[in-house]
Amino acid sequence: MNIIQLFKLAFRNVGRNKTRSLLSALAVSGGMALLLLMVSVLEGEMRGALKNTIRLQSGHLQIRPVSYEEGKTSLKWEDLISNPNEVITQISTLPQVTAATPRLFANGILTLRDESKGIQIVGIEPDSSANEPFREGLLDGEFITADDREGILIGNILSEKLNLKVGDKVNLLVNTSNGDVVEQLFTVRGIFTTRTPGFDETNVLMPLSKAQTFTATENHASSIFVLLQENEQAEPVAQAIQSSKYKVLTWQAQNEFVVLFENYANAFFVFIYLIVLGITATVVTNTLVMAVFERTREIGILAAIGMKGRAIMAQFLAEAAVLATGGVIGGLIIGGALVSYFTVNGFYIGDFGITGVLFEERIYAYLTMENTITLAIATYVITLVASLYPALLAARMEPVEALHGFGG
Amino acid sequence: MEVTKITSATRVFKIGEIETKALRGVDLSITDGEFTALVGPSGSGKTTLLQLIGLLDQPTSGSVFINGQDATNLNRNQRADLRKSAIGFVFQFFALIPTLTAYENVEMPLLLNNTKPADRKKRVNEMLEAVGLSDRGHHRPDQLSGGQQQRVAVARALATNPKLILADEPTANLDSENGKQVMDIMQRLNKETGVTFVFATHDPRVISYANRVVTLEDGLITKDSKNGKH
Repeated sequence: MNIIQLFKLAFRNVGRNKTRSLLSALAVSGGMALLLLMVSVLEGEMRGALKNTIRLQSGHLQIRPVSYEEGKTSLKWEDLISNPNEVITQISTLPQVTAATPRLFANGILTLRDESKGIQIVGIEPDSSANEPFREGLLDGEFITADDREGILIGNILSEKLNLKVGDKVNLLVNTSNGDVVEQLFTVRGIFTTRTPGFDETNVLMPLSKAQTFTATENHASSIFVLLQENEQAEPVAQAIQSSKYKVLTWQAQNEFVVLFENYANAFFVFIYLIVLGITATVVTNTLVMAVFERTREIGILAAIGMKGRAIMAQFLAEAAVLATGGVIGGLIIGGALVSYFTVNGFYIGDFGITGVLFEERIYAYLTMENTITLAIATYVITLVASLYPALLAARMEPVEALHGFGG
Repeated sequence: MEVTKITSATRVFKIGEIETKALRGVDLSITDGEFTALVGPSGSGKTTLLQLIGLLDQPTSGSVFINGQDATNLNRNQRADLRKSAIGFVFQFFALIPTLTAYENVEMPLLLNNTKPADRKKRVNEMLEAVGLSDRGHHRPDQLSGGQQQRVAVARALATNPKLILADEPTANLDSENGKQVMDIMQRLNKETGVTFVFATHDPRVISYANRVVTLEDGLITKDSKNGKH
């Protein structure tokens, strides 16, 4: 019996009880579709978080003073870069660099009437292309200009929490580099969103020169934010611009937590995948065990006319392969449709606050070819493995017991 | 020439602590071209004897020979190989594969035998013609009458040209007209091709076709009459 005949028979056997076979294939499809959605959401979430963190927080590279420590916002002279523009001029000659801009960070307190809130003041060069995400995300008002001495931009979440509108005046209080506490009245020029609640709630943007004046840091910056053409260029460019005068941090080094979080999430999700596939496998096993018991006499007839155990086993495996093929195709269709929907529309998670990771308020599914192929193969293999027990059950039947009714 | 020979065969079934002796020491030799009926009351051991001859079961003691070859201690696969080439079966129930057409049911043992496609086609058509069902080849079993299904089963049993056909109550589920048709076909094929038939039956009309009648009672052969003189 060749493979074509084997599958011809398998197709017909699967078609015997159409409803049951359809439900089994649907179980496989459902399992696979669910896995595709889960994998793509996880992938999308991680990519989104990384992309967001790179474009808003870490850049592809950051040049920091030698004394820089993660999580520390200091305005001490030794913790700042002097003459940042000099460094920027040097690194901008590299073809991979698409933007390089100085930023100054300072912890401050925003007060309004009887309310106050801890915030981070970020001094930016308004004209730098690296600040496009803020410009593009402007919801109301106008963007700050480099010579604005009183204007600030605030995120929409902060604006909602403090009920602030464009044109409102707020008081900002900050510790300067000298250790003095200064405060000044600023006007909200615009409200932006980066669609990243964690960022939009805590950051107040002002022109770099004003931030330097306000914090008495002269022409110093906390960091130089560098964007490159590709993520993969970070390491070689970092090597190329290394200097003893400052630290060059790649996005990988700055986002270790994201990578770690992704690894943990992946490991955790493997268990979820196994549970889903286990349930699917149980349905397939059950279907085929039922088929074996229903067709006991038929197995006996085939054995009587000379079909060997391994051929009987192959018969049931072929039926499982037909179910698996149908299930995987169905899974790709159903899963593909679900993933497409969530790739376009995403779903809202709000402020999914994890320190150090900037999650967007919506997660968009992202399905890679590699994940699709891996899951299709995994589903196929698990379905075949699930059919081993019923196939062995059929193969090990003694013809005389299977026939049962051979005489009186 | 002996197609099958059983010597001192016993078969004991054990269910829990209870032992049932289905065969108590049977000696039987069937030669080429015989048309033999195994008769006896229910529980006499005729089914067990057919199963031993058909290599579907193994004796507790004693020996089974097929075409001179000792088949007593063959393993599962070796027995399957010998069944495939040397023995055909016709069962009491209409034992066709429901998803296959009449043609494909007859073709199945030839597929298992790795017969070439052209030879397979020729042989299947010959067999269907021999049982008068040339025009029913593309019908599924559920589109055939009981008699037609049993004739397909006879055609399938003969497809690989075995020397021995074992039939268990082949007419038990048929009306007298269809039963007669099936027996007539079996007898004609026996005469025309020389293939040996051994069948178990209760039916006196079927017994009358036999040229040898072996009677079993309580697991022993009590009578063995040839030339149809039962």
